[in-house]
Amino acid sequence: MIEISLFEIALILMSVFMIASAIIAVWFKDLLASVITLAVMSLILSLYFYVLQAPDVAIAEAGVGAALTTAILIITVRATERMEED
Amino acid sequence: MNEERMSVIVQTIASILFPIILIFSFYIIMHGHLTPGGGFQGGAVGASAVALLIVAFGARYVENKMREENLSAFESVGGLVFVIVSILGIFVATTFLTNFLVGEPLFGIIPKWGVSPLNSGGVLPILNIAVGMKVIGGLASVVLMLAIASKEGEK
Repeated sequence: MIEISLFEIALILMSVFMIASAIIAVWFKDLLASVITLAVMSLILSLYFYVLQAPDVAIAEAGVGAALTTAILIITVRATERMEED
Repeated sequence: MNEERMSVIVQTIASILFPIILIFSFYIIMHGHLTPGGGFQGGAVGASAVALLIVAFGARYVENKMREENLSAFESVGGLVFVIVSILGIFVATTFLTNFLVGEPLFGIIPKWGVSPLNSGGVLPILNIAVGMKVIGGLASVVLMLAIASKEGEK
């Protein structure tokens, strides 16, 4: 019987959520929703860094990945079209 | 989606959150030599506050409030402070980036074990503030210029 600690369960759950949000971001046709899903993925990634005891990288990831990239992509979506064509 | 501003709800929340995010960014920069984080992390958080304003209020409004030249001057002042403090290490002490403020009353308190006062670390808090100014100015002016250029391409 393999023992699985709570830490490993948290790591597996965060990995599953990250992969799921990345796949959903590709799958959406609404680009604004896709951008928000990418922000969710980046937020879970910063939580992952914090759990792996790198709080410095976690703050940088939350600042750049979850906030600045989202703002830049929202500005770009606003300047172009919102819906992706088939 | 193509209009300049977002809705009233977004504007109100953004104007409430903007000073809180800025205070948190200054906290990260000022405690850079004690806790996780530092100049770059605090600067990225502060630039995300400006990006929040741009997304909520539109690029024209933010450009009228804080000119892009001012942001570039802010960034250049940060780089200049970093280089001047670094080169001062050659003349005051021995080499480039020497921590010449250790033992001085300004930032140079040498802490006991387990005690971490804010005014320790010598030259490091000044360098952190310089890097924070540079990152805030650089990233905020990049986002602002991107928003203005995309607005001009529309017309």
